[in-house]
Amino acid sequence: MQGNGLVLDIGSLGDPSRHTAPLDLKNIDAATLLTWHARMLLIRTAEEAIADLIRADEARGPCHLSIGQEAIAVGVAHSLRATDRSFGTHRSHGHYLALGGSLEALLAEILGRDTGCARGRGGSMHIHAGEAGFFGSVPFVGGTIALAAGAAFAAKRDGGSDVGVAFFGDGACEEGIFHETLNLAAIMRLPMLFVVENNLFSSHMDLHFRQPATSQSRFAAAQRVANRLVDGNDVVAVAEAAHELLALCRNERVAALLEAVTYRWSGHVGPNDDYDVGVRRSTTELKAWKRRDPIGRLEAALVASRAADRESLDRARADMAARARLAADAALAAPFPDPASLLDCVYAPRA
Amino acid sequence: MTKVKYVEAIRQAHIYLLERHPNVFVIGQGLWSPWYVGNSMRDLDQMFGRDRIIDSPVSEAACTGLAVGAALCGYRPIVLHPRMDFMVLACDAIVDGAAKWSYMFGGRARPAVTIRSIINRGGEQGAQHSQALHSWFAHVPGLRVVMPATASDARDLLIAAVLCDDPVLYIDDRWLYEIEEEMPPVTDVALADAGPQVRMAGRDVTLVGAGWSYHLAEEAAHRLAESGISAETVDLRVLNPFAAGPIVESVRKTGRMIVIDGGWKTCGFAAEVIASVSERLPGRAWRAAPQRITLPDAPAPSSRSLEQAYYPTADIVVAAAHKLLGGAPSPRG
Repeated sequence: MQGNGLVLDIGSLGDPSRHTAPLDLKNIDAATLLTWHARMLLIRTAEEAIADLIRADEARGPCHLSIGQEAIAVGVAHSLRATDRSFGTHRSHGHYLALGGSLEALLAEILGRDTGCARGRGGSMHIHAGEAGFFGSVPFVGGTIALAAGAAFAAKRDGGSDVGVAFFGDGACEEGIFHETLNLAAIMRLPMLFVVENNLFSSHMDLHFRQPATSQSRFAAAQRVANRLVDGNDVVAVAEAAHELLALCRNERVAALLEAVTYRWSGHVGPNDDYDVGVRRSTTELKAWKRRDPIGRLEAALVASRAADRESLDRARADMAARARLAADAALAAPFPDPASLLDCVYAPRA
Repeated sequence: MTKVKYVEAIRQAHIYLLERHPNVFVIGQGLWSPWYVGNSMRDLDQMFGRDRIIDSPVSEAACTGLAVGAALCGYRPIVLHPRMDFMVLACDAIVDGAAKWSYMFGGRARPAVTIRSIINRGGEQGAQHSQALHSWFAHVPGLRVVMPATASDARDLLIAAVLCDDPVLYIDDRWLYEIEEEMPPVTDVALADAGPQVRMAGRDVTLVGAGWSYHLAEEAAHRLAESGISAETVDLRVLNPFAAGPIVESVRKTGRMIVIDGGWKTCGFAAEVIASVSERLPGRAWRAAPQRITLPDAPAPSSRSLEQAYYPTADIVVAAAHKLLGGAPSPRG
C-alpha cells in the first residue's frame, strides 16, 4: 500500500494557493458524484442555518462549525455502513449528517428541544445517531478515540467485517490518548480507521506553534499502521483513500489512519471569521482557502465534465438551503424538555 | 459449605460471568500474572482464552476507553486497574465519558462497563501506591460505586455490577483478600436494589464503614461488646447512588454515630454520611455529635513508623465510642 513511509510534513497540502483546480473525478460515476455533492451541500446549508440560529440568539450553546471541511465526512462516509461504529468530537455536525443522522433531530438538539437527537441533554457537542452508525461526539478532542477502538474490538469479536471509526483533529494528536490508542489498535489488530482532519488549527493556535512537524500520519507510520495523507478538500481523493483503508480494516482486521488536510472557514466556535483571535489567521489566508472550496471544486469539475450543469447545481443548493430553513423552523416550534424530566437518564430505568 | 476467601470469591464471580455471558471480557494490566492482582484472576486466561482475558499495554486511559466503547456496542467489559492510584490516568473515560454517556445522549446509549479498581496500600508502598479514592468517584452522578466488605459481596456485587446497565466502579481491597466466609450460592442482586446494610444489631452506637473500614467497625463492635456497649454496624456496600435510609434508621435508634473511612477527611465519604444522616434527623434524635475517623489529610507515608500512625485502627474506633458514651479507656490500651 502507498503512503506507509514516514512523511513528516504535509507539504503543498497546507498551502491554500495550491490544489485549487477543479477535482480530478477519476472514473467515478455521475450518480455517486452528485450524491457526494448533495451530502456536502446538506452539511454546509445545515451549518449556515445553525449560524443564523446563533446570530438570532436561538442557539445559545457552543456550536463548532465545519464549513469548508465537508469533503472529509462525506468522502469517508461513502465507504461506511450503518453497522459500522463512528465517533466524533465537538465539530461533528458533518460526520453525523454525512452518515445519515436526522437533520431535524440535529437542529432540535442544538436548540435544546425535547425532539433533539439527545433529547435536549447534549447540545451541539453531544450528538448521536445510533441507527446511522454514529455513536456519539464529545468536546474532549481525543475523548472518543479509545471508544472507537472499543467499538472496533467489539466488531472484531462479533465476527463479520464491521469497523470502528474515530474522527478527530490535529489538536487531538497532541493528546496522550491518541498515542496510547494507536499503539493499542496496532498491537491488538483492531479494525479501526483513525480519521485525522488536519485543519491546521487547534482552537486559535496554528499547528506550527504546536508541533515540530505538520503531518499527523507520521505517528501511524511509526506504529506500523497503514496510512494515507490526502487533500481533505478533494472529496474524490478522500473517498478513494478511505475506501482503500477501510477495505484493509475490514479484510485484514487491522487499524489504519487517514489524514486529510483542510481548513475551517469559521472561527473555532461560532459563526464569525475570528481573524482577531486566531494566531496567523488572516483575511488573505481565509480568502485563499475559500478558493479551495471542496464544494466549488467538485461543482467546477462536474460542469467541466458535463455531469451536471450550473443551473441544476445552483437549484440543488437552493433546495437544500430551503430544507435546512424548514428543519430549523420545525425545531424552533418543538417543545423544550419538561423540567420534571431533569433527572431522567442519569441511570438506566429500573427493569 | 467450605470457606471461601474474598480473593477467591472475586475469581468465582469472574468464572460465573465468563461462563454464562459471552459478551463479558476483561482487560487491564497484569491479567496473565498473579504479580499484580493476587490470585483474583488465577488461570482465567487459560480457562477462557487470552482473547477474553486481555493483559494490556501500559495504557490505563486507552484500555478504559476501549472498555467503554465496547460496552456501547453490547459488550459487558471489566477493565481492571490493579492500583487505584494509576486509575487516575483513566479519569477522562470514567468521569467525562462513561458516567455521563447515558445522560448526555438522552438515554439513547448505555455504557454497561465495570471498572474494577484495587486498593493496594500498606507495606511501605508510599503515596502513589496507597490511595483509596472512592469518595472522588462517588461524587460523580451516573457512576455507580460499590465497595464489597465480605467475600459473598465481593462475588455477588461484582456479578451485579457487570450485569447492571450503568457504568460501575467496583473497588476491592488487597487487605481483605484473605478473609474467609462460608459462601451461600450466588444471589442474583440487581445493583439498583443493593445498598447499606446493618450487619450487627445494637442499641448504643452506630458504626459505619465501607470495605476495609467496615471491618474496623465490626472489630470495634466485638470489643465494645466486651465492655457492655452494644454497637450496631452498617456496611455501606454501595457509595453511589447513596441511600442513607438504613443508617438514618439505625441512628434514630442509637442516637450516636461514628463513621470510619479509609479515605481522607476533607470532602471524604464520612462527611457525606454525616451530612446525609444529620439532615434527616432532628437535633433531639442525637445523644452526641456524630464523629468521623478517617485518614489524616496527608499523602500516605512509606516508613513503618509513620504508616502505623497514618491508618485508623479498631482501637481508635473503640476509644471514640467510649468517649461518645461518656468515659473511656485510652485509645491504645
